[in-house]
Amino acid sequence: MENWIKVTEVENIPSMGSRKVLIDEHEIAIFKTRDGSIFAIENECPHKQGKLSEGLVHGHKVTCPLHNWNIDLENGDAIGEEVTCAITYDTMVEKDILFIKV
Amino acid sequence: MKEKLVVIGNGMSGLRTVEDILDIVDNKYDITIFGEEPYVNYNRIMLSYILSKEKSFEDTIINHQQWYDENNITLHKGDKVINIDKNSKIITSESGKKTPYDKLLIATGSKPFIPNTFGSNLKNVIAFRTKFDVDTIIDTIDKTKAAVVVGGGLLGLEAAYGIAMHGVKTILVHRSGSILSQQLDSTGGRLLQKNLESYGIEFKLNTTVTEILGDGEVEKVNFSDGTLVDSNIVVFATGIIPNTDLAQEAELSCKKGILVDDYLKTSDDSIFAIGECVEHNGNTYGLVAPLYEQAKVLAKKLAGKETEAYVGSTLSTRLKISGVDLFSAGDYMGDETTEELILLDEKVGVYKKLVIYDDKIIGIVLYGDTMDASWYLKMLKDGTDIKELRTKILFGKMALGDSGHGGDDVNSISDDEEICGCNGITKGEVVCAIKEKDLKTLGEVKKCTKAGASCGSCSGLVEQILVNTLGDEYQVKEEGICDCCDVGHKKIKECIDTNEFKTVYEVFNKLDWKTEDGCVKCRPAINYYLLVKYNDDKYKNDKRSALVNDRMSANIQKDGTYSVVPRIWGGLTSPKELKDIANIAVKYDVPTVKFTGGQRLDMLGVKKEQLEPMWKDLNDCGFVTGQAYAKGLRTVKTCVGKQWCRFGTQDSMQMGVDIEKLTWGSWTPHKYKIAVSGCPRNCAEATIKDFGIIAVDSGWELHVAGNGGIKVRVTDFLCKVETDAEVFEYTKAFMQFYREDAYYLERTAHWVERVGLEYVKNVILDKDKRAYYEKRFEESQKSAQKDEWAQNIENGFTKEFNPIVISTSESPSYEAKEV
Repeated sequence: MENWIKVTEVENIPSMGSRKVLIDEHEIAIFKTRDGSIFAIENECPHKQGKLSEGLVHGHKVTCPLHNWNIDLENGDAIGEEVTCAITYDTMVEKDILFIKV
Repeated sequence: MKEKLVVIGNGMSGLRTVEDILDIVDNKYDITIFGEEPYVNYNRIMLSYILSKEKSFEDTIINHQQWYDENNITLHKGDKVINIDKNSKIITSESGKKTPYDKLLIATGSKPFIPNTFGSNLKNVIAFRTKFDVDTIIDTIDKTKAAVVVGGGLLGLEAAYGIAMHGVKTILVHRSGSILSQQLDSTGGRLLQKNLESYGIEFKLNTTVTEILGDGEVEKVNFSDGTLVDSNIVVFATGIIPNTDLAQEAELSCKKGILVDDYLKTSDDSIFAIGECVEHNGNTYGLVAPLYEQAKVLAKKLAGKETEAYVGSTLSTRLKISGVDLFSAGDYMGDETTEELILLDEKVGVYKKLVIYDDKIIGIVLYGDTMDASWYLKMLKDGTDIKELRTKILFGKMALGDSGHGGDDVNSISDDEEICGCNGITKGEVVCAIKEKDLKTLGEVKKCTKAGASCGSCSGLVEQILVNTLGDEYQVKEEGICDCCDVGHKKIKECIDTNEFKTVYEVFNKLDWKTEDGCVKCRPAINYYLLVKYNDDKYKNDKRSALVNDRMSANIQKDGTYSVVPRIWGGLTSPKELKDIANIAVKYDVPTVKFTGGQRLDMLGVKKEQLEPMWKDLNDCGFVTGQAYAKGLRTVKTCVGKQWCRFGTQDSMQMGVDIEKLTWGSWTPHKYKIAVSGCPRNCAEATIKDFGIIAVDSGWELHVAGNGGIKVRVTDFLCKVETDAEVFEYTKAFMQFYREDAYYLERTAHWVERVGLEYVKNVILDKDKRAYYEKRFEESQKSAQKDEWAQNIENGFTKEFNPIVISTSESPSYEAKEV
């Protein structure tokens, strides 16, 4: 079942940073890039399960803090690597409130 | 409408220029290429390998037809250009095609030079230059007859070796008394000759071919030593001359070659020339590395970008004969003003010669052991002062106590051996990628294979593999610090020093960054350089541009938890401190508590949301951050010293505490460790620290640039001082000089190896300079010595450490709540 879940006010997501969201036991990282775009992605690097929420954000990408893999926030692709990608989630902002579709 | 770029010549230099242009702009030109040979662009250097059957022609193709198609390049192969009309800007080809151009690039290469010899017009008297020549050799050689190769230069030796590999008796004739005299001195030549004789090549030195006899084709060859040999092929490898025919006809200025300026422009503003056909500053080049250097400049010029001028090239050579390790570069002969450092072991077959002038390497000859070739070449190009290295330099980089630059002999590593431990890449994989994907630089190899792309400690090894695989095609150059830019640390630092910036992004703008936000490599570096320039009070350290540990003021662990290390000054603690730490560890249910190598207590497995309350509790007990995560001072490690130890000569514990109070909170290009030993027994292991202080009876010895990492490097002795005050003075000055002078992520060991100990001593041992850096250190420490834990809580940064928790069962409306 897919649902739009209300997460938080957009201002609570730091620019060029992230917040970790726990939906029950499920861990999702929410990012805000410099252009203000919001992205939601499984908080687990496809390489060695590094917490992507702790990574450095640049463009629409995040670099995993463990071994510097670059993950595309738009589609979860591990850039330049031959592995399956991380799961991404749709997000939506309405009246400054952020929703995520899970 | 796009401009028309026409390239005459489908060889290595012309095509490299086109590739480089396409890398910069892909839609500026309509490109048309004419090639005389009936093939796509192939690697002429590899012809030797085709002859020796170590490679197929297919292996040597650089750009397949598909590449031309994908880049919308029109290729006319097997169609020679016969006229340039520079007034109406039209060229004409043999097949009658008339093609107009806006910009014309002449890359016609060179022609073999065959000396006028009786019989040189016979069939099977050929050069060794094209695929056609190689095919002729392979089709003609015959085990019952000898093959004659004329010329003992690189090409001649490679041809002779290739032919000998077919089991054919091969005679190499050379005019002078020593082979490879353009690249090698006579000792090197003798060793090489001995080696090549073992492959079945017969050498006739100080000899020429007087006559080639035969009825229509080669049958016998007469030599100047009076001998007459049955032979059916004579290969002339007696040099090349720039192919200037077209240019001369078009009345472009030519001397030996087509004259070009520092931007490869000919005497006509619309016509450029590159490669073996040009003459720059009186020099013509017949090797590939200079062509690539020219291509880099020309491509930028044609793409309409600013570029530095081409200043000529340092030539280096490798012989492409399997099993022969030979390297030479620069002025390898020397003269009466130069000195020579020589290592010679004829039995083993090792010969190394460095030609030295004014304490700098100006020439290199390596035979039998070329593993340090790239190291020497870099020093030659950089003009590194080698005074301090003199007694050890010939034994190679390994003998210096290498500190993470590699240093293993790459030749002794088998293909399945792992060279990059971080990414699990074997030597074979790297070699394979270099060959198959035509990689030319360290950056390309890192990008393509990931080898050397993580911790970087195998970069040296990867570089050696590149040098060994590519030979003279390998290009040493200052690479961009990452894919986002084309500038190295040096340029970036200069730019920051001479301009004013408020953010990292302003620096990106100024230096034409290719990405808006940079990446994990460049942004932390720029942030660091700005911090160094402005200090914390004038430039706000940009946490979003810091690597995870520096940003979080804690060390991330593999499971995403962090470790917390309180500062324990000089490694000295008390029962109260230990009790406090124990209570806090219990309170937060810390899974692992461990003593670190730097005499601290590490609490591991702390959840991100626990950091704030834990830091607060630690602050309340009087602790500040131990900065175990910092690119800055980590720890000052001490031994017991005079207070208790029966051997102690000075109070090392007190000195350690004092030094740590002085230096904590500072940031440096990379982590920085200090140790203080109370006597020369050195129990604090001060000689593998960035700064080591060792007590002696009469004072303190100061040591710098040690490293205990992947490759251990023992410190260099800096000086001896008598008083504690002097120790403080030098500690501050050295740290500040390192901070300002080194590149980001360069440990003191690497820095000192790059710039030379002498350079560092010139500053630190000079009273005025030392005072200058000491003062600057004190200035920057004013804003740096603030506890990051307290700051993070105070400025609200820790708020984002808490997860946003949503419970779908408790909260049917799916409302999130902040915890």
